[in-house]
Amino acid sequence: MPSLKDLKNRIASVKATQKITKAMKMVAAAKLRRAQEAAEAARPYSQRMAAVLANIAQAVGADDGAPQLMTGTGKDDTHLLVVCTAERGLCGGFNSQIARHARDHVRKLLAAGKTVKIICVGKKGFDILRREYASLIIDRVDLREVKKIGFENADQIGHKVIALFEKGEFDACTLFYSEFKSVIAQIPTAQQLIPASAGPVAVEASDASAVYEYEPDAGAILSDLIPRNISVQIFRALLENVAGEMGAKMSAMDNATRNAGEMINKLTLNYNRQRQAQITKELIEIISGAEAL
Amino acid sequence: MVMADSFNFELVSPERLLLSEKVTEVVIPATEGEMTVMANHAPTMTTVKPGVVTVKTADGKAERFAVFGGFADILPTGCTLLAESAVHVDELDRTALEKRIEAVRAELEGAGDEKKTRVEQFIAELTKLGEIVIPA
Repeated sequence: MPSLKDLKNRIASVKATQKITKAMKMVAAAKLRRAQEAAEAARPYSQRMAAVLANIAQAVGADDGAPQLMTGTGKDDTHLLVVCTAERGLCGGFNSQIARHARDHVRKLLAAGKTVKIICVGKKGFDILRREYASLIIDRVDLREVKKIGFENADQIGHKVIALFEKGEFDACTLFYSEFKSVIAQIPTAQQLIPASAGPVAVEASDASAVYEYEPDAGAILSDLIPRNISVQIFRALLENVAGEMGAKMSAMDNATRNAGEMINKLTLNYNRQRQAQITKELIEIISGAEAL
Repeated sequence: MVMADSFNFELVSPERLLLSEKVTEVVIPATEGEMTVMANHAPTMTTVKPGVVTVKTADGKAERFAVFGGFADILPTGCTLLAESAVHVDELDRTALEKRIEAVRAELEGAGDEKKTRVEQFIAELTKLGEIVIPA
């Protein structure tokens, strides 16, 4: 049975913890709003890019000089996984969800006899994947110093991926990140980057039927556009991730605050009960002492 | 004065939508030379080199943006410029530009021959852009 003083200390410490989680929740909420705005602001670009790409891919047949980034190397032996996670923890199952998704994928590929290479973006994913697949991780990108993720950050990763591809280090590339559905729902997602899937992009009929003039020519534009598209996709993934991380952190910290509240209630009840017991005990001692006289 | 037909022009960078307005005329620094886009232009796609985009809005104002490479999608009814990165000329300053040139120059080290030419060309374009925008 803990003494009164012990209980008092416990209550004080839980209260302090609650204050911290509450503050973290509010910080996450503020950051979430900013992250959502950033993700929203980036959306027009990636949408237009997808539309333009689909348009131009139609014009350039697979045989007349479409770049390899689009068609693939023709092989399917080595897979590169770019796993994007957060830099910090304390955000519920956010990081482990992405890592688990990636791990399942790695397992499937390895079982199929493929070679797997991994690039980790973010510290947490690296920490998790390192346990099992340390030998497969070829690179990691640290964004801890970055306050606000800009396009340059994504562009650097994109350049890295393309440089590896040009060296023939891999045949297919998949991007892992968490799609931001809502504050409470983030869905770990895998997206194929290379070969660029034309994808089910809905092109409006009027756009598709327009006969474009290409300057310089369609092939050249395409080979300029696809690397850029890879960076854009990575950028989008990073932004979604930040929003998701903040959402997950917010709900995790909300839970923690609520738990702390419950704990404080329980401890306070205990404390009061014990104090009352002590008072009663002292009264009995005084009364029985008086009666004895 | 006869008003020219206006069309929708959108300038988008990966970070945000910079401009979406009715304009009468846009000058784009395309890779094959500057081109002026007006309403009812033939559908064209072109890559854009670093340079200044001049926009004449429907109400007669002129605005200038510095873009650092990108891509333009021109339709008779509208024009979309997807810029790698873009800033309003007023917000551009020399130190930021120089930092960018420096960064690109660092990339030059150990690059292949073909890439080297490309990067050098890029630097030249950036330098020229600096001269146009900011009087030394």
